[in-house]
Amino acid sequence: GINTKSACDGMNAYMAYKVTTKTSLNLFNRNEFTVKRRFSDFLGLHSKLASKYLHIGYIVPPAPEKSIVGMTKVKVGKEDLSSAEFVEKRRSALERYLMRTVNHPALLKDPDVIQFLESTELPRAVSTQALSGAGILRMVNKAAEAVNKMTIKMNESDAWFEEKQQQFENLDVQLRKLHASVESLVCHRKELSVNTASFAKSAAMLGNSEDHTALSRALSQLAEVEEKIDQLHQEQAYADFYLFSELLGDYVRLITAGVFDHRMKTWSKWQDAQVMLQRKREAEAKLQYANKPDKLQQAKEEIKEWEAKVQQGERDFEQISKNIRREVGRFEKQRVKDFKVVIIKYLESLVHTQQQLIKYWEAFLPEAKAIA
Amino acid sequence: KGSNEESAPSVSANSIKITDITQDGETLTFAITSQKSSSSAGVCVFRTYEDFDWLQQSLLSQEDVPGLLGVIFPPLPGKPLPSTSFTQAKALKQFGFLALGDEWKIYCKALELYLQQVAAHTTLSKSKALSSFFSSTESPGKHRGKKGIFKRLSHVMEEMRKEGHKDVDKFFQSERDSCTHLSVLFKVSTEKFLDTVLTKQKLAVACGHFSTSLHLVCNHDNPAAVTFSKICLKLSDIIEAVKVNFEKVSDNDVSSMGLALDLESRYQEAKKEMLFRRTCKLVELEAANRNSERAKPNKKAIMEGVQKATQKEFNLISSVAKKEIEQYHRARVSVLRDFLVSWCEKQLSTAQETSALFSQHLEACRGFVV
Repeated sequence: GINTKSACDGMNAYMAYKVTTKTSLNLFNRNEFTVKRRFSDFLGLHSKLASKYLHIGYIVPPAPEKSIVGMTKVKVGKEDLSSAEFVEKRRSALERYLMRTVNHPALLKDPDVIQFLESTELPRAVSTQALSGAGILRMVNKAAEAVNKMTIKMNESDAWFEEKQQQFENLDVQLRKLHASVESLVCHRKELSVNTASFAKSAAMLGNSEDHTALSRALSQLAEVEEKIDQLHQEQAYADFYLFSELLGDYVRLITAGVFDHRMKTWSKWQDAQVMLQRKREAEAKLQYANKPDKLQQAKEEIKEWEAKVQQGERDFEQISKNIRREVGRFEKQRVKDFKVVIIKYLESLVHTQQQLIKYWEAFLPEAKAIA
Repeated sequence: KGSNEESAPSVSANSIKITDITQDGETLTFAITSQKSSSSAGVCVFRTYEDFDWLQQSLLSQEDVPGLLGVIFPPLPGKPLPSTSFTQAKALKQFGFLALGDEWKIYCKALELYLQQVAAHTTLSKSKALSSFFSSTESPGKHRGKKGIFKRLSHVMEEMRKEGHKDVDKFFQSERDSCTHLSVLFKVSTEKFLDTVLTKQKLAVACGHFSTSLHLVCNHDNPAAVTFSKICLKLSDIIEAVKVNFEKVSDNDVSSMGLALDLESRYQEAKKEMLFRRTCKLVELEAANRNSERAKPNKKAIMEGVQKATQKEFNLISSVAKKEIEQYHRARVSVLRDFLVSWCEKQLSTAQETSALFSQHLEACRGFVV
C-alpha cells in the first residue's frame, strides 16, 4: 500500500507541505520518496482528475476545502483560529484527500496522480479560485439546474439508479445532521476544557490561602488533577473533531459530487443524437423524391455521422452506468471500512482517557484521606 | 420560648434523615425521621420550609443563652422555589448547586445537614424549639412568634464601616481578615466548579442528539448498506455510553464536591456574621467606655453600669466565639475531607466502570467483520 504523510514548513510567503510516500508498487520509480507541494497544487490535481473522470461516472474525491470553517458555520467555541490549529486542520484534510485518491484503484494509476506524488517539480496550477471544493459544487449545481430545466422524462428502465439517487440524497441529509451534532459536541468539549482550567486555577489559589496544611496540600493537588483533566478534555475534543467531524464532512462532500447528474447528461446527449438521426432520416426520405443528387449524398453522409453518434451515445451511457454501479458499490464498501477504522480509533481514545482518569483519581485519593 | 433550662433528651444528630419530599402546588413538604439519643424509637414529622425558618429564627432569638451572639449559627439554605414558579436559570443563580440534582435531592441533603449541625451543637441542641421541631405533631411554623431579636444583617453603609473596625484582639483580627479573603476564594471556586458541571450536562445532551441521529441511518438494500447501518447503531450505543458517563460524573460532582463547596461558602458567611456581631458589640463597648468617661457626675453611675454590663456581654461573646471558631475549624476540615474522599472515590469508581464498558465495546468493534 501507500502511506502518505504531510508535514509543513514555511517558505517565503506561502506554506509548503511535505508529501512522503512509502510503497512497494511497480507504478513508482522508488520505494520511498518525498516531494514538496503547495495547497494550490492539490487543487490543481483535483481539477485535472475531476475533468477526466467525473463525467464518466467516477466518484472523484472532492478537493480539500479552502475555508476551514465547519459546514454548519457554528462558531467553534471561544477559540480564535490560531495559525497552528489552522495549519494542522489543513494538513489533515490534505492527507485524507490524498489517501482517498490513492485508495481508488483507477485514480492511483492516473499519470497526474503519479506525477503529483513523485516528481520534484510540478508546473504551477493556475486560476485555482474556481477549483476549490465549493467551486466544484457550484459548477455541478449549475449543471444540475440546467438538466432539470430541460424537463427530461428519463425512461428509467433501471430502477436501481432512481433508488440509489434517492438513497444518496437521504444520506446527505443524515450526514449533515450528524456533522452538526458532532460540531456541537466539539464546541461543548472545548468549553469544558476552558471551564476546567479556570476551576483548576481557583483551586490552586484556595490551596495557597488555606491555613490547614494537609487541606492546603490536598487542594493544591486537586488543582493539579483538574489541570491534567483539562488536558484530557482537549485531547478528546481533538479526537471528536479529527475523527468524526472531518470524516462526516468528507463524506457529505463526497456524495454531492454529482455522478448521477452526469449520467442524466450523458443520457440526454444520447437521446438528442437519436432525435437528430431521426430528423436526418426524414430529411433524406424527402430528398429521395427531389432531384438533387448532391444534397441526397450529403444527407446520407449525415445519417452515417449521426448513426455513429447514436452508437457512441449508447456506449457512453452504458459505460457511465456501469462505472457508477461499480463506484457506488466501492463507495458503500469503503464507507463501512472508513467508519469502522474511525470508530475503533475513537474507542481507543475513550479508553485511554478513562484509564488516565483512573490514574489521577487513584493518586489523589491518599492525599484526600491524609487530611486530618 | 427557646429556653434551654430543661434537660430533655436531645435528638441524636446522626439519626436525622430527610426521607421524602412531596410537592403540593407551590408548597414542598419534607418528611423527617429522627431518634432521641436515649431511645431507638424513630419519629417521623412533616415540615415545610416555614417550619425550618421558624426554627432558625427561634434559635437566633433565645433569650437566656449567655454569649449567644458569639455562636456560629449553622446556615439554613434559602427558600426553595418549586418548578411552577422558577426557571432553571433563576434557580441556579439563587441556589447554585442546591438547584441541581433530581427531585431536590441535593437541596434535601443540605437541609438534612443543617438539622444535623444544629442537633450536634453543644448549645443549640438544648433549645426547646429544636425538640419541638422534631416531635411536635403540629407544624411549629404556623404560629409565628416574635421575630428574631437581631434582624438579618443587612449591609447598610454604617454597617460596612463597622465591619472594618479595628479589633482589640490579635486572634480575632486575624480571623476576620482570613475570613474575608478565603470566603471570596471559595465563592469563586464554587462558581467555576458549577460552570464545569453545567457544561458536562450540556455535553450529555449533545451526545444524546448525536446518538439519536445515528439511529436514523437505516438502510437494508444490500449487504454493504446493512453493515453500515449496523456500524452506525454500534456507534450510537457507544455515544450513548459517553452520555451516561457524563451524567454520572456530573452527578458525582454535584452530590459531593458541589455540596461541599456550597456548604463551605454558606458556613463561612455564618462565621463572618458572627464575627460582625462581635465587632458591633465592640463598637458598642467602646462607645459605652467613652460615655462613661465623659459622663457628668449625675449620670456617671448609670453610664458605668452600662459600661460594666456591656463589657461583661462582650467578654462572654468573645469567649463563646473563640470556642466556636476552634470548633468550626476542626469540623470544617473534617467535613471537607469526607466530601473530598467521597468525591474521589465516586469518580474513581465511575471511571473504572466506564473504562471496562468502553473496553468491551472496543473488543466487539475490533471483531466486527466488514
